[in-house]
Amino acid sequence: MTERRTLEVALGTSGLNAHGQPIRAPLTVQSGQAVALDARALREPEIENDHMLINIGPQHPATHGVLRLVLELDGETVVRCIPHIGYLHCGFEKIGEYRQYNQIIPWTDREDYLNSPGNNVAFSLGAERLFGVECTPRATVLRVMLMELSRIMSHVVWLGTTSVDMGAFTPFLWLYQERENVYNLLEGWFGARLTVSATRVGGMAADLPSGWLDGLRAFLKGFPKTLDESVGMLETNGIWAGRTVGLGAISAEDAVNAGLSGPMLRASGVAYDVRKDFPYLDYETYDFDVAVGTTGDVYDRFLVRVEEMRQSVRILEQALRRLPDGPINVDDPRLILPPKHKATSEMESMIHHFKLVMEGPRPPAGECYVPVESPKGEKGYYFVSDGTAKPVRWRIRPPSFVNLSAIPKMVEGHLLSDVIAINASIDIVMGEIDR
Amino acid sequence: MSEATRASVPSSAVTATQNGAVQNGAVQNGAVQSDTNGAPITPRGVVHRGGTPNATLPALVERFGGAIVRHDVTWGETCVIVQRDAVHAIIRWLHDEPSQRYDYLVDVTAVEFREATRPLEVVWHLRALAHRRFLRLKVELPKRLPLSVPSIVDIYSGADWLERECYDMFGIRFDGHPDLRRILMWDSYQEGFPLRKDFPLRGRFSRAEQLKQALAANPEARYSMEELHIAEAFDALPEDMKRRLTVEREAHGDVERGA
Repeated sequence: MTERRTLEVALGTSGLNAHGQPIRAPLTVQSGQAVALDARALREPEIENDHMLINIGPQHPATHGVLRLVLELDGETVVRCIPHIGYLHCGFEKIGEYRQYNQIIPWTDREDYLNSPGNNVAFSLGAERLFGVECTPRATVLRVMLMELSRIMSHVVWLGTTSVDMGAFTPFLWLYQERENVYNLLEGWFGARLTVSATRVGGMAADLPSGWLDGLRAFLKGFPKTLDESVGMLETNGIWAGRTVGLGAISAEDAVNAGLSGPMLRASGVAYDVRKDFPYLDYETYDFDVAVGTTGDVYDRFLVRVEEMRQSVRILEQALRRLPDGPINVDDPRLILPPKHKATSEMESMIHHFKLVMEGPRPPAGECYVPVESPKGEKGYYFVSDGTAKPVRWRIRPPSFVNLSAIPKMVEGHLLSDVIAINASIDIVMGEIDR
Repeated sequence: MSEATRASVPSSAVTATQNGAVQNGAVQNGAVQSDTNGAPITPRGVVHRGGTPNATLPALVERFGGAIVRHDVTWGETCVIVQRDAVHAIIRWLHDEPSQRYDYLVDVTAVEFREATRPLEVVWHLRALAHRRFLRLKVELPKRLPLSVPSIVDIYSGADWLERECYDMFGIRFDGHPDLRRILMWDSYQEGFPLRKDFPLRGRFSRAEQLKQALAANPEARYSMEELHIAEAFDALPEDMKRRLTVEREAHGDVERGA
């Protein structure tokens, strides 16, 4: 071997130079052993091609799921990014065409799995529009609680995992403890932690167990403190700011044109929030602010999500104060099963129960699209019914899918290491993207 | 640092809508109900058929009268069925016209009904953020004709993946799309279009056949020809991989892309 290959290593230095930087000893490899070389004798290896093909994923811890990015690099700068998705595709929309409406709810748990209760609520709202019913006042407030709790859960996971991506581990541990607290609350209410199937068409799976609201109050007391501590670790941290400020910025006009939604859109300065602009669940009666950014970079997305968690706490406190008594299910025998004791003791109720379970409720023919503000952005379920018990078409409008489609534009021109930060800032959940 | 506080400023436009007053019997304006101050509220008592149509509809009928096949209002949402050839001009007009400003593309999808004779529908969900309007546009595609509609990627960049997904799942071609290839299924997927009603729930191939194909996949099949042209990666491949990529892909009828 006449060509000598140089390797630059940062470890094993012999001291500091005049600028206080560690002296790096250029090494060369001879018969498998690294040998120090005189720096003047070094020659950079000839790289035949300027550009490089790099594959990230699908099994890479920093892609937040089975996302695969094929990158063309010029040195360390990304020239082109070609995303590949679909590794988790299981045909949720196809399966939904073979299920009754209530049977689809467990599938909604599994698409954006960080936001399961929020998906259940979104699905029920859409299906209730299709059936022409409106949920009861108590169910409305309970659903607001679920929506905001799941927003906190999702953003907490986002902040924790993103901070790990950037090299900070402590906020991850603190925030996951808070996520654990929310999961404990959900477990006490529904018996499940992740896939809760919290709602039904026309109501809720279960009413609150006694003492649950005290648990929520305790959570609302502790969570803002943890959040402040975690954010305090990052907000003015030089490493955090250095790796997020000015990265992946997208202008308001481009963000709207690309169909971005949620924190991705608001960080660019567009104050579009479905809770304000197309309200549902009486969100217009809650006092909360919509956080918007100015530059649309990764740091703004961080600030917007943090502020959204604080606003969610405000909404939850108001929901706690106004939670009315009353039924959780609509009074509509087309949709709601008879009480169990009646189904086992009265002939008519048993027939009613049997027909509802075996045949399923039938909405009138028609179609509707009801959007909600999920933690990722505008999520909507589009239903088309032909009057039978199973939808002709059940379409999920996936916010992560549309947000991720803008990633080539956001990463091009940035460094390879920034791809990780920008990808993290989109807050993708591959379950929702691939469905 | 100064950036630390810049994003937590609430938008004044949004805080202005924070009045607690909910007026029942509210004004219905297309898809969104609003209270007496014009602030949007949670819709109540949405009727199945015959609600107030979207305020855009009269302008649309006036401008493109001949191209509007029909319209209906279902559950408060206005749906306009238009002719295939006019849909691009209509969406362009809705996007550009200052009085309409449908600047946000919510979704592009398709619907196939269970009746085999009923045409497929391609659905566009458009939203005017400033006017808080929501409009559903549809084009009916009879199954005996080639399934294709114009692409609107030149109007909304967000249509890119949505149209690719619609092509992947339904086989509807979007003419003018710069990169129309499968997105959720892999490029060499041979079983057809999964969301079509004639596609069986478990797929066309048996589990054994699917497993056999997955195991037989070559490592280079994970890269498209377009990607292999980055940094002349194709030239660096071993001869057998090159042969599989060129000769055998053509034998399978795959279109070589990006070359």
